[in-house]
Amino acid sequence: MAKYTASDFKSDQQVRWCPGCGDYAILAALQRTLPQVCEEQGLDKSEVVVVSGIGCSSRLPYYMNTFGFHSIHGRATAISTGIKVANPKLSVWQVSGDGDALAIGGNHFIHAIRRNIDINLMLFNNRIYGMTKGQYSPTSKFGMITKTSPYGTVEPPFNPGSLVIGAKGSFFARSIDTELALSCEIMLKASRHHGCSIMEFLTNCMIFNNGSHTEISAKDVKEDRTIVLEDGEKMVFGKNHDRGLILDGRKLKVVTIGQDGITLDDILVHDSHADNLGLQMMLADMNYPDFPVALGVIRDVDQPTYEEGVCSQVADVTAKSKIHSVDELIRSGSVWESK
Amino acid sequence: MRHDIIDVDDVVIRFAGDSGDGMQLTGTLFANTSAVYGNGLSTFPDYPAEIRAPKGTIGGVSGFQVHIGDHKVSTPGDYCDMLVAMNPAALKANAKWAKREGMVLIDQDAFDDANLKKAGFTKNPFEELHIEDRTIIIAPITKLTEESLKDSGMDLQSIHKCRNMFTLGMACFIYSRPLDFVFSYIEQRFRKKHPEMIEPNRKVLSDGFHYAENIQAVPNTYRIAPARFAPGLYRNITGNQAMAWGLMAAAEKAGLQLFCGSYPITPATAILEELAIYKSLNVKTMQTEDEIAGICCAIGAAFAGDLAVTSTSGPGLSLKSEAMGLAVMSELPLVIIDVQRSGPCTGMPTKTEQADLQQALYGRNGESPLVVMAAHSPANCFDAAFNAAKIALEHMTPVILLSEGFLGNGSEPWRIPQMKDYPQIKPRFAKEDEAGAFKPFRRDPQTLAREWAAPGRKGFEHRVGGLEKNHDGVLSTDPDNHEMMVRERAEKIALVARDIPDLAVDGPESGDVLVVGWGGTYGHISTAVDMLRSEGTEISYAHFDYINPLPQNTEEVLSRFKKILVCELNHGQFAEYLRSVLPQFNYIQCNKVQGQTFLSLEIENAIKELL
Repeated sequence: MAKYTASDFKSDQQVRWCPGCGDYAILAALQRTLPQVCEEQGLDKSEVVVVSGIGCSSRLPYYMNTFGFHSIHGRATAISTGIKVANPKLSVWQVSGDGDALAIGGNHFIHAIRRNIDINLMLFNNRIYGMTKGQYSPTSKFGMITKTSPYGTVEPPFNPGSLVIGAKGSFFARSIDTELALSCEIMLKASRHHGCSIMEFLTNCMIFNNGSHTEISAKDVKEDRTIVLEDGEKMVFGKNHDRGLILDGRKLKVVTIGQDGITLDDILVHDSHADNLGLQMMLADMNYPDFPVALGVIRDVDQPTYEEGVCSQVADVTAKSKIHSVDELIRSGSVWESK
Repeated sequence: MRHDIIDVDDVVIRFAGDSGDGMQLTGTLFANTSAVYGNGLSTFPDYPAEIRAPKGTIGGVSGFQVHIGDHKVSTPGDYCDMLVAMNPAALKANAKWAKREGMVLIDQDAFDDANLKKAGFTKNPFEELHIEDRTIIIAPITKLTEESLKDSGMDLQSIHKCRNMFTLGMACFIYSRPLDFVFSYIEQRFRKKHPEMIEPNRKVLSDGFHYAENIQAVPNTYRIAPARFAPGLYRNITGNQAMAWGLMAAAEKAGLQLFCGSYPITPATAILEELAIYKSLNVKTMQTEDEIAGICCAIGAAFAGDLAVTSTSGPGLSLKSEAMGLAVMSELPLVIIDVQRSGPCTGMPTKTEQADLQQALYGRNGESPLVVMAAHSPANCFDAAFNAAKIALEHMTPVILLSEGFLGNGSEPWRIPQMKDYPQIKPRFAKEDEAGAFKPFRRDPQTLAREWAAPGRKGFEHRVGGLEKNHDGVLSTDPDNHEMMVRERAEKIALVARDIPDLAVDGPESGDVLVVGWGGTYGHISTAVDMLRSEGTEISYAHFDYINPLPQNTEEVLSRFKKILVCELNHGQFAEYLRSVLPQFNYIQCNKVQGQTFLSLEIENAIKELL
């Protein structure tokens, strides 16, 4: 019996997202997952910190009955990093939208990944600026018509997954707001991951980008247009479980089992723990209609974390140093006496 | 020729050469030797932003001025008694600083046609600079260094790098500096990484010393007796080092871990570098990806319960503006150190200025007051940093501590204190009985400061952030609440005045003229004031360490004088501030914006004009 239930993580504040906003589901997933995280890691609720930047999704900390910091646009990653370095015992969860994490906060985002600071970063990707009422974001599809691109954007989007894996990130997972169980599962895996865990949630914005991912998430098509990757399992998808991914030369290829001599044995097996950047990059990059969009944990490799490096250096130097107080410090080196 | 040793009160020496000539090291060694010898001392490096500008050009000249005395000296000196010029460009760039009765020491070998041309000389450089009447010591330093090290096995390029040591040896003879001190410094410096460099440096140094002795390069040599300092243990310290150490002292007195998040920037970088060394004093440092990350990591650490610091210079302070607003709004303790340099924008990065004052006071959106204070000498950076941290932690506010390139890079002897003489710092931790009912923005009725509860404390879960909130920590757009919170945040800063010392007047308590300064002009203004006093003029002088809030007695002190002369290295930012806060007084400005410190002489003249 876990120490906490989801309701322990709900604050007394009324949630104020628009009706039908995808953010509700991810908030629910987080509140549902944290009791298990605390249980597994022996954490008190007071050791959970939720940090955010600016944007619709960044209001999330107010709805969590934990320590929370709703900071400034783009900088949540830096704030989270400071919190984790100051006190590595804390379980730090960050919420950032696509604009917050990848436009104004892009620099902090890639450097958190590079350092491999052990935070859990939930990237809410609705491919639009919602809070400022509908301008294109760095993940908006090429040509998308928005208020600031009335004739369509002329800039290609980032794929957050390829950004993370390109920066040799140690963890990347993807879910969709409508997939509550999968969202809970990747959050739990992110919490277990030792290092910087980036989770992308494809979320819907009812008001400014409705249906931003329905072409892959709608009930009748999702099995054909997405693939949920699971470790040790064949990369098989489709309503009839008859489609799969193989490597054709150096490229991924969608095949149908039973056609052209393809058997189940030919289908790739997923291994998120293998340090196989090339394949994981291709998986993260898959886009409908050429490919199914990959969901689940794409990459989860163990690498030294930044805060451990900081702490072990502090411990080493402290053990070796002769200076353990300011009085000792200011008397060290060249001093002279005046009598 | 009879050789005399003449006792003098003080001398100023300026070492100048190419950026690669090792002038900073030479000056530092000369200064540290004098410090250990017991002289009063003040130093200032004046170097270009380019690491190695084209050799032999004016742009690449690097200088280091050191002022030593048989008494406490407060400035690196206006003009120098000896100018060391390692090449024609160094001579050209610095001749104006040589006293008429002073000496010039040059490396004859570097004054060849090519170098003279690079420096833009067309005829005799001494005539061109009108210094032909000075005592000019022309020594073949390069050749003598080559001769000195010919058996060392070193290549010619490495040998030439030792020219500065030969020169230092000569300077040590001329100013009766015992070589033992320099030897021990050389040993300390090279022991670990380049032990093979110890012997050649020792040799070339003593050869320089004996050369000066043998050729009787100078008619007389000089002796500067040790100063009579108050009894105690001393060390020479730069402002940036003192700043870092003061922060560590504050963390120790508060019982907190120290966190510094910074991005390298001239001339503040040495603070981060210094803190990065002393991990054994419970210090964590982060060199972040940019200035904004520096302050934001620090804000995160402050939220997590550390004494948090970010250090920067003017352009970095601009980048940190929004995050400073976040620290104001979330009412977290944070020390922001700005080692000011010449601006605007990139300006003259290695040159000093005091022109960030109004940025520090006003450079944020919204009603966003915070504490602004300033350090006034290199050694004073220790106390200033300590006090800034104490105010931040006890009043739950960001504090901007202004330093200057001149202070950060400059050095002076510091009487080493005992930490038991420093006050305890009492962070405003939330009391345990508030668990379960913690109101993050409930204020102390005396100070209006809120309480601090870091993650990990059971029952203190709460949210902070950049949005306006009420005392309970709940988001609020209520008009009256916003106005009340704006007022309370301002009043909280104003109430810090109760915890800062009164403004002291040096000299008569009332009169016609009060000289006013703030920050790093302290040494030059007090030297000017002392000079005028020695001529029989009575002068009153008040120096501000605290700018927002001002000391409680400021209005009362200013009211006792008819004219107030505000001296500062900008176009009048502190004078403008005083005019806005206390408009009833008559402020007269003495300003300089050249990327250089005042000369004491300039301040003397400005005061004389008012008398």
